[in-house]
Amino acid sequence: MIDGLNPALILICGSLLALLAPQGSIRNTFMLALPILGALQLWGLPYGQYARIEAFDLTLTTLRLDGLSFAFALVFHIAALLAVVYAWGLRDPVQQVAGLLYPGAAVGAVLAGDLVSLFVCWELAAVSSVFLIWARRTPRAYRAGLRYLLVQIASGLLLLAGVILHLRAAGSIAFEHLGLNSAGGTLIFVAFGIKAAFPLLHNWLQDAYPEATVTGTVVLSAFTTKMAVYALARGFAGTEALIAIGTLMAMFPIFYAVIENDLRRVLAYSMNNQLGFMVVGVGIGTPLALDGAVAHAFADILFKALLFMSMGAVLLRAGTVNGSELGGLYKSMPLTAGFCIVGAASISAFPLFSAFATKSLILEAAAREGHWIPFLFLLFASAGVFHHAGIKIPYFAFFAHDSGIRCQEAPRHMLVAMGLAAALCVGIGVFPGALYAILPYPVAFDPYTATHVITQLQLLAWSALAFALLVRTGVYPPELRSVNLDFDWLYRKLLPAAAAGVWGAALGAWEGFNRLLEGGVGRLIAALALHHGQQGIMAATWPTTRMVLWAVFLLGACLVFYYL
Amino acid sequence: MIAHLPALQVVIPLVSAPLCALLPAGRPAWLAAMTASWLAFLIAALLLYQVLAHGPISYLMGGWPVPWGIEYRVDALNAYMLLIVAAIGAIVASFGRTVVEQRLSLPVNKHPWFYTAYLLCLTGLLGITVTGDAFNVFVFLEISALSSYALISVGRDRRALVAAYQYLVMGTVGATFILIGIGLLYVMTGTLNMGDLAARLPAVSGTRTVRAAFAFLTVGTAIKLALFPLHLWLPNAYAYAPSPVAAFLAATATKVAIYVMLRFFFTVFGVQFSFETMQLDKILLPLSLVGIVSASLVAIFQTNVKRMLAYSSVAQIGYMMLGVSLVSVAGLTASISHLFNHALIKGSLFMALGCVSYRVGAARLERMAGVGRSMPWTMGAFVIGGLSLIGVPLTAGFVSKWYLIVGALEKGWWPVAVLVLATSLLAVVYIWRVVEVAYFKPAPEGLKVREAPLALLIPTWALALANLYFGLDTSLNAGVARLAAQGLLGGAP
Repeated sequence: MIDGLNPALILICGSLLALLAPQGSIRNTFMLALPILGALQLWGLPYGQYARIEAFDLTLTTLRLDGLSFAFALVFHIAALLAVVYAWGLRDPVQQVAGLLYPGAAVGAVLAGDLVSLFVCWELAAVSSVFLIWARRTPRAYRAGLRYLLVQIASGLLLLAGVILHLRAAGSIAFEHLGLNSAGGTLIFVAFGIKAAFPLLHNWLQDAYPEATVTGTVVLSAFTTKMAVYALARGFAGTEALIAIGTLMAMFPIFYAVIENDLRRVLAYSMNNQLGFMVVGVGIGTPLALDGAVAHAFADILFKALLFMSMGAVLLRAGTVNGSELGGLYKSMPLTAGFCIVGAASISAFPLFSAFATKSLILEAAAREGHWIPFLFLLFASAGVFHHAGIKIPYFAFFAHDSGIRCQEAPRHMLVAMGLAAALCVGIGVFPGALYAILPYPVAFDPYTATHVITQLQLLAWSALAFALLVRTGVYPPELRSVNLDFDWLYRKLLPAAAAGVWGAALGAWEGFNRLLEGGVGRLIAALALHHGQQGIMAATWPTTRMVLWAVFLLGACLVFYYL
Repeated sequence: MIAHLPALQVVIPLVSAPLCALLPAGRPAWLAAMTASWLAFLIAALLLYQVLAHGPISYLMGGWPVPWGIEYRVDALNAYMLLIVAAIGAIVASFGRTVVEQRLSLPVNKHPWFYTAYLLCLTGLLGITVTGDAFNVFVFLEISALSSYALISVGRDRRALVAAYQYLVMGTVGATFILIGIGLLYVMTGTLNMGDLAARLPAVSGTRTVRAAFAFLTVGTAIKLALFPLHLWLPNAYAYAPSPVAAFLAATATKVAIYVMLRFFFTVFGVQFSFETMQLDKILLPLSLVGIVSASLVAIFQTNVKRMLAYSSVAQIGYMMLGVSLVSVAGLTASISHLFNHALIKGSLFMALGCVSYRVGAARLERMAGVGRSMPWTMGAFVIGGLSLIGVPLTAGFVSKWYLIVGALEKGWWPVAVLVLATSLLAVVYIWRVVEVAYFKPAPEGLKVREAPLALLIPTWALALANLYFGLDTSLNAGVARLAAQGLLGGAP
């Protein structure tokens, strides 16, 4: 441990140094060492504030370690480590650098003690992460990446504007509780909201994540949104509006996840759903709720990484992650299927799996504070998550109708990464005390009471029954080959009432935004090109006489102005 | 020796210039030019150190007392300017010799004259900055201008001749206006020393002659610094000049003109007269805003990358003038630190383009397809310069943008702050166009492009890394700029 060294710097500088190492196991080993060293450094530092820098007449605190930032920084290191192991076979320097630079920026963001450092890391995370999308090197991914970058930069600009306003109003850039009472606070709230994928601000997530590379999606899923949850917990804990926003976030993606065919996109929707739980926890703002939000973010990073890793392995081996084209893969990829089921059980909050120990903190806090309506909605969302993530993902990928695809088991390094993640998921579920010990506030809560276990099992059983019934009624069309499509179609028929309304409008707005980007802006550009284009009057080379005429005209204007 | 540093600052390049012409072509002439410019840089660094440690330096040429003799006066502002000019001068002079000479439209035996012109231009720019005498400013202005016309006209593209001619006409008009302004001031006060002028002007400031002098100086310096709409000489001059010349002029010439404007309006006329009586800011503000938007838009549509950067320079000058028109410490700090930062930015961008056009043959956008892969180091430097131009945090460009926005908000000028942010996005667009072509378009079949030679890469990367360094350590580019800004607003030096 080096006194006062920011662990983020280990990742950031190390990711660039990694380029100097020869490609292959030497570089991989070096990259593997980085998150381990970072985590050791983090572990060794006592809580406190370090690395103060004086710049622009402001005091920057680039490293602030307390319970809240420690938990996030720790799990970010674990996620970065898992990603390095998962990508052991990868030989693409772009993804290798971005896969560590981006986690480094995220670690820097959660450790930042002031808003300016936060902004710097916020932007670095945005810019470095887009390369994980572009690294897929398809035109589709390129465009999705551009849209992603645009939204991320917009969030950064809002943050900067908010920070400047806040500085002027409050006279301090310390990153403490901000609240919605000032214009600056509101702008910062929206900036965080974009990254946390608040409803109506969330489309970038479903748009971009499934377009990233196999490794890219795994890395992306861990950091940006959790960084935003951290920022909300730091700046806006106990903000009532977050309870409503979070409840909505937990609810709406369920329907979309159910009808979606691309399984990685299904997982992207389920991210919204899980983030909703955390946002509610932050909104309630009691120590128990905040602990719940942090713990759930911790667990979510691990099981979501596990699920994305398993789907990445499927994409790598089978060449597709469309539910309609997959099925029966358990014969070829039994271990991957097993790990996927562990991830699915974790996200669905089965007893002995991680979310059971973490999500219940949030639900318990909601109940204690008497937020009954959000509580019921979250309960429904818990059932829904089992439905779309817990059953749908493994069912369509590995079971269902046999698609006839016969491929190899996932590469060994991927299996190791998935195994590690699965072990952590189960570990948290079985020994929740270890996770509770590093939370910001002391936890006096035991998830394994008889009532809680039974309630949860009932919830899961009913949800499974609903799934089974629907599959049963849908499975009987004449041609088996169209099972998945039929299934989609069935759900689309069941949904319209819920999906219409605001939601359609939001989707329309997103499409309109895209059209505007591609079409409407074209007309504006044409109009600008008329004057500013190469042949336009503003860009053409003028005759010397006309230049001089301008000079004389301006002199005359100045003389008149000064004489008056 | 140390006591004569202000004089040596000008004398060394001045004496070396004819020496270059006498030396044989090839290595000797180049070595002389490089030695002289690095010496100038060393002197500038020593001067800045002295000024920061002991306060302003006054040096009397030939021992003649003020107001009869010429005084060289160095305070925080011009020591800082000297460092910018001399640093860029030294780095550009180190840009690979054979490569530079290959891009000139001169026969080999005339190459030494190129270095002569280069050193004379450096002499002129350093002289303008160091002197405390108004007429001396004009003399050095002409030295630098005449030599820069020559430097531009030796570009390989024959359009360089027309560009240099137009620059000559406009530059002469500008210099004449400045001379008329100085003449009118001399008539009214009977002195040419700046400190003396500042002391005597208030007594006659109500007269129309002084107002006319003010108008002539406004327009004269505005032409020289390429304020919109008097910028039209600039794009072609930079686009068709050889890349090192473009890098040198873009990083220094307009900056020195801005220095002249600051010196006259803040030191000689005084803040109160310039901005309260004459309300200069009412003229500068709209012109700089329109210039920022319009020039950025034009840059987006350019296919000649050098011309694109030239228009971007016009927009950047708009930012600097915007800072001046705020008339506050934050605004002036933004302007003065942008003098420094923009010199680093445009220096690295033009030099990176010099590397590209050396290998590819031209700095046209369509020729740069795939260059990002075949010339990774060159384009790496270009990207760093581009990020700094946009004003991404951790780069030098961010520092000046930050102060500019803070300055605008202090005044409560919301729309201006928003405009600064929005036009940064325009910079993203035009830099992105280059990055997209260089990195994402496949290289044309059968074309083998190699990385630029080290002799070009080292100076280019020196500037690119400086962009990153001064984004982190702002004690020089923002700290000294702030001192200079306080000096300007506080009264005579």
